[in-house]
Amino acid sequence: MKFENTATDTFFDTTAVLGKAHTRIDGPLKVSGQAPYAYERHDVVGGQLVGYPLGATIARGRIVSIDAEAARAAPGVTAIVTTLEIDPLGISSFNDVRLFGGDAIQHYHQAIAVVVADTLEHARHAANMIEVTYEEESGLFDMEEAWKGRDTSGDPDSETGNVDAGFADASVTLDATYRTPVQSHAMMEPHASVVDWSDGERMTVWTSNQMIAWNRKSLAQTFDIDPEKIRVESPYVGGGFGAKLFLRSDAVLAAIGSRAAGRPVKLALPRPFVFNNTTHRPATIQRIRLAAERDGRLTCIEHEGASHRTPHGSSEENPVSQTEVFYAAANRRVKHHELKLHLPESSSMRAPGEASGLMALEIAMDEMADKLGMDPVEFRILNDTQVDPQNPDIPFSDRHFVDCLRVGAETFGWCARNRSPGSTRDGMWLIGHGVAGAYRGAPTLKSGARVRLKKGRLIVETDMTDIGTGSYTIIAQTAAEMMGLTADTVDVRLGNSDFPVSSGSGGQFGAASSTAGVYAACLALRNKIAEELGSDDLRFEDGRVIAGNKAFPLADLFDGKEVCAEDSMDFGDSQKKFKIATFAAHFVEVGVHAATGTVRVRRMLAVCDAGRILNPVTARSQVIGGMTMALGAALSEELLVDTSRGYFVNHDLAGYEVPVHADVPQQDVIFLDTEDPEISPLKAKGVGELGICGVAAAIANAVHNATGIRIRDYPVTLDKLIGELPEI
Amino acid sequence: MRSFSYERATDPVTAAARAAEVPGAMFIAGGTNLLDLMKLEIETPFHLIDVNGTGLDSIQETDDGGLRIGALVSNTDLADHDRVRRDYPVLTRALVAGASGQLRNKATTGGNLLQRTRCPYFYDTALPCNKRSPGAGCAALSPSGHSRQLGVIGTSDACIAQNPSDMAVALRVLDATVETLTPEGDIRLIPLQDFHCLPGTTPDRETVLKDGELITSVHLPAPVGGRQAYHKVRDRASYAFALVSVALVRHPDGTGRVALGGVAPKPWRRPDADAALPEGAKAVMECLLEGARPTKENAFKLKLAERTLAAMLAEE
Repeated sequence: MKFENTATDTFFDTTAVLGKAHTRIDGPLKVSGQAPYAYERHDVVGGQLVGYPLGATIARGRIVSIDAEAARAAPGVTAIVTTLEIDPLGISSFNDVRLFGGDAIQHYHQAIAVVVADTLEHARHAANMIEVTYEEESGLFDMEEAWKGRDTSGDPDSETGNVDAGFADASVTLDATYRTPVQSHAMMEPHASVVDWSDGERMTVWTSNQMIAWNRKSLAQTFDIDPEKIRVESPYVGGGFGAKLFLRSDAVLAAIGSRAAGRPVKLALPRPFVFNNTTHRPATIQRIRLAAERDGRLTCIEHEGASHRTPHGSSEENPVSQTEVFYAAANRRVKHHELKLHLPESSSMRAPGEASGLMALEIAMDEMADKLGMDPVEFRILNDTQVDPQNPDIPFSDRHFVDCLRVGAETFGWCARNRSPGSTRDGMWLIGHGVAGAYRGAPTLKSGARVRLKKGRLIVETDMTDIGTGSYTIIAQTAAEMMGLTADTVDVRLGNSDFPVSSGSGGQFGAASSTAGVYAACLALRNKIAEELGSDDLRFEDGRVIAGNKAFPLADLFDGKEVCAEDSMDFGDSQKKFKIATFAAHFVEVGVHAATGTVRVRRMLAVCDAGRILNPVTARSQVIGGMTMALGAALSEELLVDTSRGYFVNHDLAGYEVPVHADVPQQDVIFLDTEDPEISPLKAKGVGELGICGVAAAIANAVHNATGIRIRDYPVTLDKLIGELPEI
Repeated sequence: MRSFSYERATDPVTAAARAAEVPGAMFIAGGTNLLDLMKLEIETPFHLIDVNGTGLDSIQETDDGGLRIGALVSNTDLADHDRVRRDYPVLTRALVAGASGQLRNKATTGGNLLQRTRCPYFYDTALPCNKRSPGAGCAALSPSGHSRQLGVIGTSDACIAQNPSDMAVALRVLDATVETLTPEGDIRLIPLQDFHCLPGTTPDRETVLKDGELITSVHLPAPVGGRQAYHKVRDRASYAFALVSVALVRHPDGTGRVALGGVAPKPWRRPDADAALPEGAKAVMECLLEGARPTKENAFKLKLAERTLAAMLAEE
């Protein structure tokens, strides 16, 4: 079915299951170690061997020779395939850089061989024995150089009004440049796959991936085989954050290894490969200019940004896009530069674009409020807009950003803060408070599902994935609500290419899209039941269907035989008629050690406007996860680039510091009671990326409030503060 | 990981003798660092001698009122020991500032003293490192190298790696002594200040231990008294190596001792810097960090060390 018009459905106006707090139904399996992750799928096929990858140790050039003779003779080794032995594989429409094959090296740790052996230890040792000689080429690895050399002559991406004239007339202006470093998804589970391609014909892939249909298509394109011959399963994913949207070398090498060895092969990327072999969020440099009247009304907003990508593809990290619509101003201009560097492939990471863009824009807003002598909450409220400021004929479908700010300020005790920077102390700690706004789009993708009713139990099948987000739970709740069941009478089966194609998980489109698909399938099932009962006026409750004054247990329908229905939800052009997005306000208290400059977050509050919340437990979990990831982005996470060798130096979890428990303080999340009838029949939007947006800037703003020091270069580490801290 | 043979030793004398006798042998205790290094083939022993069964796992009082800490006492047990908590609190503080609970349960007193640097280039076998491969060069000192975590003093043109231990910084400020057993069966006492080597032109040589020599215990002299503190500065709140750490013992008259971690290839202390303690942090660091050779990326450590000590003095 197609969702074309404003949702008028009343299905969910009073609910028994959906929208209620429900702990994740896969939780007990996960905490007891029974949820099988890709590398643990020992049950699915016998005779598995272990693969280990070898990565290039130059960033650019070609391989002259590979000597694998000694490695082939090493104990336990069954097969070795080097990149010189096979023709270059296809580059799928979802990839920028070739995953394997041929002599060209396009980035550091590009896979150049796979060793298959009886044990991990044997495979790894043999991989270490392979000798490679290269012909190295120089490359461009320095973001600062690329930024200096950017082409500023082209047209802006969008322009409204007259920005140059606006700045010339302005009373108060700000012109500042901000930097965010390369970041890694650093999910707990590395990319891993078990692949059985023993016969070189049918390929079965047990993997860890967010997008089953994309993954299958990519495999077909990469190996130039019929997608019908490929089956992909990914029922449990140990974190993805965008790193597992696309096919990566784990599945490719396992497939090649399996074909060579004639046995199934399992392969997990070693941790350093996650950083240099797979993808990352690129660094950004962003120049923001703001102009305002003395009363605080913004008159000009200009955001020029840049992120880097390989010369072979595109960058998902456009940090200026939200600036087109987030705040009102008559004159506005944005421009994004995609700078070409020969670093590994840049790609999506949680809230691509907005996460980096708001790290800069929301500091700029704080700086401007400072210049105006305004409260930063009031400054944002004053510059709210209910329409697309570039095209006032297009309204926001449902925007309560002002309420987020007001509710947050009230709950956080914002008015009680000390407005003078650097003047609140708790022993050796300087205390500060910060606020930031958050904006993240609410895209939807076509999503399908199949439901099977048998003896009162409902099975839902869709290739949707649960990447730790709670898909199993909200899908069970949706189906239960539709069919008058309880969540525990619904079995949800996910992540399998035999099931109807769904939206998959990414871009915070999964929750809204996949539940709409399940809704469509359930409607189809209800129609079958209506046909069976010869009545259009049905109510589904308590495991029964009620037609007029008769009630039938679902278990008794169709003589107890299984009945199956399948449909998908296609989304019309509401995203064109409306600006559909999610909003939040983030409030943060930090302590900055007056002597060392160590920054520790003390409490965090998020107030979110994301339409109907399908499950407050899993939604909260998504938001606090985002807040934690943003805390890392604010204070410690940075992939260091060796600008002559062209690789990320700190490529392990000792060097790339994500937050630990001790860093994560009290976190509170408030969801505004809103519904967006333009997004889907459920009026629900995703929250998984909203939680990371704006938070880092709130922390940086709080550091400024604590110390009076403005850091525009993330992460906000003590070495950037220590020179300006007060005498002890 | 290269294949290796393995044996369990049941007494220190045999362990040391076997280590000298079997080519390519190494001791293993907690294995919290060695196993990682073996997986990366930075360490490639042919033979491992497991010393966990050698009975060196007790803490005994010594005649002079100090403690003799068996080499196999875990970091957790040492930090939690009543005498240590009462009389050597700087040691408990340093221990619990290190690693994670799980690692401290496995890590041993002797092993902690032998842990290798956390310089990222040491761990990346594709990069030149004089410590890993003498003569190969130092990636950290190359123009595009990163050195924010690395050493600022005691370093050399060959290597600027820092010693990552917290425990050793506290032991240094407490004037600990390392007791060893040589393969010949002789006992050697090595003051901790002499235990670790500076890199010079041989950064691969990190301690004065000879082939097969086994650490059997660490001696703490009688309690030094005073107020004791350990302040570890790092980007995240736990499970990270020190940017700078300061171990401090301070007496009511203002005299005391200071040792630094995170800045040098060994715990860093100088008697003349101790003597300057009554004059304050600036005077101490002028002496203690005299001759420092920081990089652009880690020059902040000089100021950080001084300010950390100043805060500790102010907090008392």
